[in-house]
Amino acid sequence: MSELVLNKLKARFPEAVLETHNQFGNETLVVKREAILEVMRFLKEECGFESLMDLSGVDHLPESPRFEVVYHLKSFKNGYRVRIKVRVPEEEPSVDSVVSIWKGANWYERECYEFYGIKFQGHPDLRPLLLYPEFEGYPLRKDYPHKKRQARIALLKPETR
Amino acid sequence: MGLEARLKPGGWVTTKLEFFVNWARKYSLFQYPFVTACCGMEYMSVMCAHYDLARFGAEFTRFTPRQSDLLMVVGTINHKVAPVLRKVYEQMTEPKWVVSFGACASTGGFYDNYAVVQGIDKIIPVDIYIPGCPPRPEMVLDALVKLQEKIQKERFIDRL
Repeated sequence: MSELVLNKLKARFPEAVLETHNQFGNETLVVKREAILEVMRFLKEECGFESLMDLSGVDHLPESPRFEVVYHLKSFKNGYRVRIKVRVPEEEPSVDSVVSIWKGANWYERECYEFYGIKFQGHPDLRPLLLYPEFEGYPLRKDYPHKKRQARIALLKPETR
Repeated sequence: MGLEARLKPGGWVTTKLEFFVNWARKYSLFQYPFVTACCGMEYMSVMCAHYDLARFGAEFTRFTPRQSDLLMVVGTINHKVAPVLRKVYEQMTEPKWVVSFGACASTGGFYDNYAVVQGIDKIIPVDIYIPGCPPRPEMVLDALVKLQEKIQKERFIDRL
C-alpha cells in the first residue's frame, strides 16, 4: 500500500524527486527545495496525508548542501507514513513554509528557525519560540561553540560561592 | 524530652540565646520547592509517608518564598530561568538556606550545553549539595540533618 505513494510521487513529479528509498516500509523521498510546496500540497490533498507529525532540522556540517529539513507525514485514513527531506544550502538557508498546508507547522518552523537559522519563506510570524529574546546565534548548528554560554544575569564569582 | 517533667512548677533553666534560637530554627524549616525537572518526583516521595521529611521538622511547604527559610532547588536550571531563581532567592527573608537537590542543580549534570547553568552556585549561594541522578530519599534526609547541624553551629554575627 505504502509503496504506492512513493511511486505516485515519482510519476507525478519526475524532476522534483531527487532520491528515494524504502527500508522496512519506511519511505523516504528527497525533494528539490523549489518544489516542496507543490509536493506537500499534492501529498495532503491527493494522497490523504492529513497530519504533519514532525518537522526538524539537521546540520551535516562538512557536506554541501549543509542543512536538511525533514518532514514526517502521517495518514490516519490509510494508516501509513512518509518522510520528506529537503536539502538547504548554507549560503541561502531558506525553504518555503508549509503553514498554508498544515497549520501545525507554525511552531515547528519557528523552533527550526531559532535553532538552525533556516528561514521559512511565507511563515506568518517567524519569531524565536523557546529561547530568550537576547540569545544570539543558532545553538544547534555544529559550529556553535560547545562551551559558549549566554547568561542573562551576572554570575557569582567563585570566591563568593 | 522529659525536661518538663523534671522542672518543678515555677522552675527555670539556663541556655545560651544563640543555642536556643538556632535550636528553634533548625527544627522548623519552612521550605520553598523550586522544582523544574524529574528530581521533583524524588522530592515528592521524600515528602510523603514512606520517608517523611516531616519527622525532621521540615514538613511545611510554602508556595511563596516570602514565607519560607529553605529554598530547595530541585532540577535543571537553564539560563532562561536563572533570573527567576535569583529573584526567588532575593525575596526570601533572612535567615535563609539553600539546598541544591540532584546532579543538575549542583553541577549541570550531563547537560553540558548552551542552555544549562553549570551549577546553581553560579547564581545563588548554596549550603548543602545533594549528589545523585536522582538522589535517594535517604540522601535527602541526610542532607537535611547535615543542614540542621550547620544551623546549630551558626553565630548571629555571621549573618550581619
